[in-house]
Amino acid sequence: MLGTGLIKGMGETARNFFGSYVDKDRLPTQEYPEVPAQLKENTRQFPILVFDGEDPDKGLRCVSCQICEKECPPKCIYIVKSKDKKPDFLGKPQIYPATFDIDLSVCMSCGICAEVCPFEAIFMDTEFEIATADRFGGLLANREQLAKPNSHLQKIHPTMAKEIDDRRADASVKAAAKAKADAESKAKAAAAEAAKPKSEPPPPTPASTAPVAS
Amino acid sequence: MSLTSLAAPILANADQFLVDGKHAVIAWLVHFLPVAWQDVITGGLSILLTIAPITIGFATLFALSTWLERKGLGRIQNRMGPNRVGLPFLPWKLYGLGQPMADGIKMLIKEDIVPRNADKVLHFIAPVALLVPAFLAFSVIPYGDGMVPINLDAGLLFFFAIGASTELLVFCAGWASRNKYALLGSMRAIAQMISYELPLIISTFSVIMAVGSLSLVAIVDAQAGGLAHWHVFTPWGIAGFILFFIASLAEANRSPFDIPEGESEIIAGHLIEYSGFKYALFFMAEYLGMFAMGGLAISLFLGGYHAPFAFLEGWVPGLVWFVGKLLVMIAMFIWVRGTMPRLRMDQLMNFAWKFMLPMSLLVVVAAGLWRFVGGGWVGWLICGGLIVAPYLALSRGLFKARHWAKREYRYAD
Repeated sequence: MLGTGLIKGMGETARNFFGSYVDKDRLPTQEYPEVPAQLKENTRQFPILVFDGEDPDKGLRCVSCQICEKECPPKCIYIVKSKDKKPDFLGKPQIYPATFDIDLSVCMSCGICAEVCPFEAIFMDTEFEIATADRFGGLLANREQLAKPNSHLQKIHPTMAKEIDDRRADASVKAAAKAKADAESKAKAAAAEAAKPKSEPPPPTPASTAPVAS
Repeated sequence: MSLTSLAAPILANADQFLVDGKHAVIAWLVHFLPVAWQDVITGGLSILLTIAPITIGFATLFALSTWLERKGLGRIQNRMGPNRVGLPFLPWKLYGLGQPMADGIKMLIKEDIVPRNADKVLHFIAPVALLVPAFLAFSVIPYGDGMVPINLDAGLLFFFAIGASTELLVFCAGWASRNKYALLGSMRAIAQMISYELPLIISTFSVIMAVGSLSLVAIVDAQAGGLAHWHVFTPWGIAGFILFFIASLAEANRSPFDIPEGESEIIAGHLIEYSGFKYALFFMAEYLGMFAMGGLAISLFLGGYHAPFAFLEGWVPGLVWFVGKLLVMIAMFIWVRGTMPRLRMDQLMNFAWKFMLPMSLLVVVAAGLWRFVGGGWVGWLICGGLIVAPYLALSRGLFKARHWAKREYRYAD
């Protein structure tokens, strides 16, 4: 019948109108400057570098593998590797970034750097109020500006941070156990070596004697 | 003497200060005037003091309703609407009530662009002259007891005659812009206005037949004494009111009949070459037309300035009832605008000529039968059947009559 659809539509808009005064789902507007922005957990704005512990120099997770630099579509990441090495959270010596710059005016917030990072070092921040009067220097973030503690990550992406922390804790426990076992077996081997009577040296392996292929 | 019997007449006549005040001012001024000029000056002053409240009142209502409309549409679309602009130099935001003021200032200081090839005189005259019929339409509507600017015997006829002259000025605007979209838009506007003027006027015939007068004061007086006397509570009245409301939406160029100024279809039609305050004047004329149509619908069908119940008549002044009903009508206009999508041009024309016109003619017949039968449940049965049965038949027939065919491209292949 002519007009039934119109009446149904009028009912729907009326429900929206009156519902917006009582139902939060019918008025999702956040009045931003007065009320702080209520951000979703998967919000992503610009990358940050996460470090463990208190000291950004010591705890920076980044090992300067440069995968993010290569994957970055707009090429806004610039990394210079260090000459020396620092121990990472497992105690293994790793290279660290001597320079780590991100040009935020070029960054398109795609999050690919955070996706590809195998060391859980780079993440997308939720901070969006980065406006500055200087569009060149002001938007070029260096390593010190990018470094954020792990507690910050736990605050902005709690679910993901918990999963990563658990995984890293597991890995470090395993690494410690392995190191302990290694040390024990090494000590045992050394003891056995010491206990064993002297015999002739083992025959040289073919690899060591073979001529080096050029 | 009880308090209520003292208070009631004061309250009920509170709106008469406009009338009494005018007479008092003129009577006071008369003593300072030379005798020879007394008639001329008091006559002119009387006219001015009648026009001023209407002009100021409806211009204020225009500003207020732009804000109301934006808030209402916002809520309908799950938004807040304007809520930032408050009063200047004051800390309160007042739910964005300062928005019309800010809009007005913005419109005033915007650059007024006139196309090089435009007919500059006509381009200027069209928006200014469009306000004349828009305001003249208010001159025959009764706002309260004894508050009608001119009590014409043919007030309704005057209203429609004035309303029809807006078409000329819309075309004037489209022609003077020397832009094909403007011309096309104004042609569409004229086609639409003329098509919907017919059902608009014919749907009022039933009221004229029932009252036996073209004077709006007489029509309003016939509805005094509560809801039972309102024309909208008769079978021909409710049908006539709905038809009148739909046609007045089209006459006021309101959604869903706003294709003449559709932004996406015809880049705002005849408004395309207008900017700044001329554009604002077009909008003002449009809103004033909407208020006038609302006021006329109130006078014809919704009891004019009379209260819905007779006992309230002694407590609340008529002007308050009129303004309240007008605000309800404006809310209806906003609600419809927030709901309906724009019609296509052929749908618009089909609706006018194949549905609105036959239905409004039927309403006239039903009104005649109602008078012949003398109302009552027999009248409801006969008149209601006479309106509802063709309505059902038409709504079935119009849907069936559409046949879908594959489009043939004659030249593209």
